[in-house]
Amino acid sequence: MSEFGLFNYWVVMLLMMIGFYIVIAQGNLVKKLIGLTLFQTSVFIMYISLGKIEGATAPILIEGVTLYSNPLPHVLILTAIVVGIATTALGLALVVRIKESYGTVEEDEIHAKDESC
Amino acid sequence: MNMETVINMVLLSLLVVTAIAIVRIKDLFAAAMLAGIYGLLSASFFVMMDAVDVAFTEASVGAGISTLLMLTTLAMTGRFEKISGNYRPRLALVLVALTGALLIYGTLDMPAFGTAAAPVHEHVAPRYLNDSYAEIGIPNAVTSVLASYRGFDTFGEVVVIFTAGIGVLALLMRAEKPTPRTQTPTASMHEHMVLRIVAKMLIPLILLFGLYVQFHGEYGPGGGFQAGVIFASAFFLYSMLFGLSEARKVVNHVVVQILAALGVLLYGSVGIVSLMNGKNFLDYSALSADAVHGQHLGILAIELGVGITVTTVMIIIFFAFSGRNQIEGEKD
Amino acid sequence: MTILTTYISWTFLVLGGFLCISGAVGLLRFPDFFTRMHAASVTDTLATALIILGLLLQTDAWMVQVKLVMVLVFVLLTSPTASHALAKAALHGGLKPQLKIARGSNKAGQQSEAEA
Repeated sequence: MSEFGLFNYWVVMLLMMIGFYIVIAQGNLVKKLIGLTLFQTSVFIMYISLGKIEGATAPILIEGVTLYSNPLPHVLILTAIVVGIATTALGLALVVRIKESYGTVEEDEIHAKDESC
Repeated sequence: MNMETVINMVLLSLLVVTAIAIVRIKDLFAAAMLAGIYGLLSASFFVMMDAVDVAFTEASVGAGISTLLMLTTLAMTGRFEKISGNYRPRLALVLVALTGALLIYGTLDMPAFGTAAAPVHEHVAPRYLNDSYAEIGIPNAVTSVLASYRGFDTFGEVVVIFTAGIGVLALLMRAEKPTPRTQTPTASMHEHMVLRIVAKMLIPLILLFGLYVQFHGEYGPGGGFQAGVIFASAFFLYSMLFGLSEARKVVNHVVVQILAALGVLLYGSVGIVSLMNGKNFLDYSALSADAVHGQHLGILAIELGVGITVTTVMIIIFFAFSGRNQIEGEKD
Repeated sequence: MTILTTYISWTFLVLGGFLCISGAVGLLRFPDFFTRMHAASVTDTLATALIILGLLLQTDAWMVQVKLVMVLVFVLLTSPTASHALAKAALHGGLKPQLKIARGSNKAGQQSEAEA
């Protein structure tokens, strides 16, 4: 897998930037949150890629195996995924409340309503 | 190019394609489904990267619960994105390209993917892999790091999840007044005959599997976080097919809220017990005369706490959303 | 593991792989939503079953075999149900099966894709 080089990381950067683009360039708040999820998942992919060792197996200790992948990134990301869904849910809850009080989830319409008040 | 590299590259390219499709699509329902596909693809990628525990979690969260919450939100906020809008995509594109270029420049110093001598593998990981079996006595290194070595970290994460659950509850819980649309759930029920029968067969299996994942986490991939999410999904299935009011009868809302707090409390009090026995906070060797046995007990207890909190917070979040929605029928 | 079981196993695996690909082709080429779903559900059930049967013959560990059988049962239980729900939802949403083949124009197919 050594011919891979840094390709893995570059793909992660590309995914991250796609998520970033959705967050800053698109006006719909739900779409923004989807973009944020993309960004988040690409960070997860980054960490897990860092933990991989060529030719190693999953870090569940069994006899006769000496090379394991690094368990530390797995631990960090495992908890981060569940925390991520909890915070995304919080964001979606805010979106629902914004929809209820503004009647829209498009960013520019919300700004327009704010200014007209 | 060996086989593993090929699979890797295919999965990564599929991820990129899915991400680009999400940018371009205007139908938010489709975007949410694509985000689910993205989650499933990254879960497969995690399996390739030996992160079986993570893949497990991502498959149930990224492809399951996250999509479900997005769809429930979309049912309230509207399906289509506004086409026009005075945004400047070109400016954003320049900014994104610039940031991306900087980040890629940053990766140039990194050791190549998969090298065993990379600095990240030199620090604490060898100790976890070499000594954890003697110190903790369980084969799954991920669980022993998660629950024991970095137990305080995990405690923080559980508190964050609990807080997010409270936040959702505070934002979305309705005042006491009953909504006028509550009669719809029972009316549409007779149509889902096949779904309901299959679900009745599946729900006990899902619950059983959740328990297996919860208590087998020390020996194979699994643990409180994964089990909590799986356990909660059984309740989601029930409430989607039988209606929210029926599901509310099965899981009492007050009990669920108390249980969510109780999980965190269980975790914290294990730490307090070890403090009282003269050891550090969350040092489980204090729980029993034999240190390794104490670790076993401690991990079992805190994983249970994590499982309870994650399950109940997920149920709280889902019920809050669909209670807000009330319109039955967002079955994907 | 004898040569014979290896051959049988690989026959299953290759057949399953072929059905996966043909299902994907069908998904892209078929004219409307319901025929596409038909193609997809072939992949879901028959291809998966064949691949799992092939994998069953590959291993001797009974624990792995039990898990594979459980996966098979689960897939055979859920994927027809999912297809049923999907078709029903489409029909409910006002999407009628396309009964005549409209040559040349793929408009209807694209429309149904948007609906799905």
